[in-house]
Amino acid sequence: MFESLSQRLSTTVNRLRGRGRLTEENIRESLREVRIALLEADVALPVVQALVERVKVRAVGQEVMKSLSPGQALVKVVSDELTAVMGTANTELNLAQQPPAVVLMAGLQGAGKTTTVAKLARFLTERKKKKVMVVSCDVYRPAAIEQLRTLAEQVGVKFFPSEAGQDPVDIAKGAIAAARREVVDVLLVDTAGRLHVDEAMMAEIKALHAAITPVETLFVVDSMTGQDAANTAKAFAEALPLTGVVLTKTDGDARGGAALSVRYVTGRPIKFLGAGEKTDALEPFHPDRVAQRILGMGDVLSLVEEVERKVDQEKAQKLAQKVMKGKRFDLNDMRDQLEQMTNMGGLAGLMDKLPGVSGLPDSVKSKVNDGEIKRMVAIIQSMTKKERRHPDLLNGSRRARVARGSGTQPADVNRLLKQYMQMEKMMSKLSKGGGKGLLRQMRGAMKGMGGMGGGLPPMR
Amino acid sequence: MLKFWKKKPAEAPPAPPQPAEAEHAAAPAPAAAPQADAESLDSGCPALGEALSEAAPPEEPAGEEAPFAVPEPAAAQARRGWRERLAGSAFARGLSSLFIRHPKLDDDLLDELETTLITADVGIEASTALVENLRRRMHKREFADAQALLAALREDLVQLLRPVQQPLAVGGRKPFVVLTVGINGVGKTTTIGKLARRWSDEGRGVLLAAGDTFRAAAVEQLKTWGARNNVPVISQGQDADAASVIFDALQAARSRGVDVLVADTAGRLHTQGGLMDELGKIARVLKKLDAEAPHEVLMVIDGTTGQNAVSQVRQFRQIVGVTGLVVTKLDGTAKGGVVFALAREFGLPIRFVGLGESATDLRVFDAEAYVDGLLPASLGQG
Ligand SMILES: Nc1nc2c(ncn2[C@@H]2O[C@H](COP(=O)(O)OP(=O)(O)OP(=O)(O)O)[C@@H](O)[C@H]2O)c(=O)[nH]1
Ligand SMILES: Nc1nc2c(ncn2[C@@H]2O[C@H](COP(=O)(O)OP(=O)(O)OP(=O)(O)O)[C@@H](O)[C@H]2O)c(=O)[nH]1
Ligand SMILES: [Mg+2]
Ligand SMILES: [Mg+2]
Repeated sequence: MFESLSQRLSTTVNRLRGRGRLTEENIRESLREVRIALLEADVALPVVQALVERVKVRAVGQEVMKSLSPGQALVKVVSDELTAVMGTANTELNLAQQPPAVVLMAGLQGAGKTTTVAKLARFLTERKKKKVMVVSCDVYRPAAIEQLRTLAEQVGVKFFPSEAGQDPVDIAKGAIAAARREVVDVLLVDTAGRLHVDEAMMAEIKALHAAITPVETLFVVDSMTGQDAANTAKAFAEALPLTGVVLTKTDGDARGGAALSVRYVTGRPIKFLGAGEKTDALEPFHPDRVAQRILGMGDVLSLVEEVERKVDQEKAQKLAQKVMKGKRFDLNDMRDQLEQMTNMGGLAGLMDKLPGVSGLPDSVKSKVNDGEIKRMVAIIQSMTKKERRHPDLLNGSRRARVARGSGTQPADVNRLLKQYMQMEKMMSKLSKGGGKGLLRQMRGAMKGMGGMGGGLPPMR
Repeated sequence: MLKFWKKKPAEAPPAPPQPAEAEHAAAPAPAAAPQADAESLDSGCPALGEALSEAAPPEEPAGEEAPFAVPEPAAAQARRGWRERLAGSAFARGLSSLFIRHPKLDDDLLDELETTLITADVGIEASTALVENLRRRMHKREFADAQALLAALREDLVQLLRPVQQPLAVGGRKPFVVLTVGINGVGKTTTIGKLARRWSDEGRGVLLAAGDTFRAAAVEQLKTWGARNNVPVISQGQDADAASVIFDALQAARSRGVDVLVADTAGRLHTQGGLMDELGKIARVLKKLDAEAPHEVLMVIDGTTGQNAVSQVRQFRQIVGVTGLVVTKLDGTAKGGVVFALAREFGLPIRFVGLGESATDLRVFDAEAYVDGLLPASLGQG
């Protein structure tokens, strides 16, 4: 997600970076491009206009024109304004309340509410050590209650049963009483999807809210939503005192404009991202990182965190030590890295977090799939041990042999070697830094590189 | 910029870029604009206010619980339902206030028209192209008044969609096999429930296949729809192999002499390679029994989706050879303007639209009714 938007913006932004002097003319031209990029990313028009207006005011003012490197200054203004819309630090759920803390979910049909309830239940149980109960007040959608029951079982939390014939308010009240009896910390209340123009259904959820006074009321919204995100969010925010937003289905390739729209319109923080159908696919949302990602700097911090969670720590340590000692990063290491990548669920999930990747054209990115990684691994496997340790040995005829052995073209081998060289260069930079863990190193190094808009080598 | 039109005869020379004007026109207090629209509409035009308040009557959820209610004559309802429900759209609202405030034929009018198209998800590229074409024609004094300009826009929009107005004919094959696909939560299972209702009302024998073996209670959900419509459902339960469920269902459909088999599948994002391949496998397995099956690969699109729908259709089409589209959830304020881009890029027939959650909330796609709902012809008279 966000990657295409960031691709568009980073082209504009990179062009600006190069400029020594900015004229009103080229600022205007750039703002026009920013506007189009935002609209193509499905940011709601009123939000785009407000954003562009604010950038314009600041850009033609002293701040940018008089600065020593105006291009850089304009980039900063755009970045600041995006960040201002998105908010800054991650906002956690507020559960500080006499238990049970009640969390109410609301949103359009099919947005991902029920799935998010299951994900939150798991998150709160596993990471926050809470005792959680869930209940469904969706008495309309066929098998909605059964869906939540199954999910509750999967994630191992208490499920308060309900039935299609019941009144949602009665169900919720019953659940609160049960949660109290069973000394539950958090009660998650799922509701039916509803259209904001459906007065009866909106009245229903208002009544539900009034009856259970939730400490958190989360608006769940599909990240693929178009311009309507603004209308919908506005209506829900008017009907209910929302406390936060969950943005779902971010594992797709939507440009994520809805995130900006909903944040802007509701004024409420996006607290979580849903990034998959499984119950562990929930990530706390870090707005500052996203603003950076949108500008093509990559969400390196999230990436590092994910890597820390999923990477084979032992191998990583080994590589870290090796690199620290100033030993050379060789093709064996590259193969290990590639395999780690596959372990982490493949490229799709990682791609948009990598700095610089957003700058690749779509045609290239679509080719980067896990098959490609497998092919790269196959190429490395076809080399002799010696070649892997000393890639310089790979002259033309050896490359041809490797290509035959791995069923690829010599051009593939060349490309792999080029990528290897780029990685090697980066690794040797890291080793010069000195310090403790490699990951901490990477964190620092990549942060530094973010500004240059490039880091890991483009895959192919 | 005008790439959107590239397949059209080169009648429209690229309009001169006007970055400066465009930027300035978009200027003051933009965040407040939509509210202002709504207000001026509410106070300024009682007739429209009325139309709005009766638009999109909330479907009584309880009605849905009555499984065997008397079927409404769908055809008679179709047009009225369309106009009624779409009249309240943000698009129509925006336009009505637009024409009330701008009886004058000038560039401001066109800029606002562009805004209105963009907020209906028509997309920046297509919206700009449509408006630039109108601008050129306006400067050539082709339009007598704002009304004439609106009529021209309407005609342009209808023309874009007319080629994809091709209803689905399920006769001719027995059983006619429909494979339903799409990303998560767009309304596949619900649409199948509606189709089951429609086709059995037409006197056809219908069988459903519970091919979503992944999502929690998806099988239960489809079974409920089957029971509501008195239509049998073939299932193997959670985590069974989807291809094998659908294969079994086709065998059952044949031996029972059923007319239409509709298979559900799990929602999957078009970016998930492995899951997409599974769809390819389902189609291949079906061909073992019937070389021409599935006869229709029906892809469901959520009408609230923005430009991402283009990417979705591209991927699904490539993997399973989509042959028709359904656009759901058009009963809200989203109007699914991305269909223009879809029609342009893929030309896939739009078979149906979904206008609610109950069994009868499905209409055959009709380009004129769709555009009329967005751009009622009477608007310019205000
Ligand atoms: N890929 C992906 N799929 C998701 C995500 N969140 C939810 N889904 C899927 O989206 C579909 C709809 O999710 P639900 O949780 O049933 O949505 P809901 O809002 O409860 O739907 P209603 O109750 O019908 O309004 C299901 O297929 C989910 O598996 C996500 O973050 N990523
Ligand atoms: N308002 C409205 N809601 C709809 C429409 N079609 C489907 N829905 C609702 O959208 C939600 C999701 O519908 P499903 O049929 O479960 O969607 P799906 O594509 O099968 O979802 P997955 O199998 O989870 O991928 C449900 O709450 C439906 O009632 C429609 O045309 N209008
Ligand atoms: Mg639900
Ligand atoms: Mg389904």
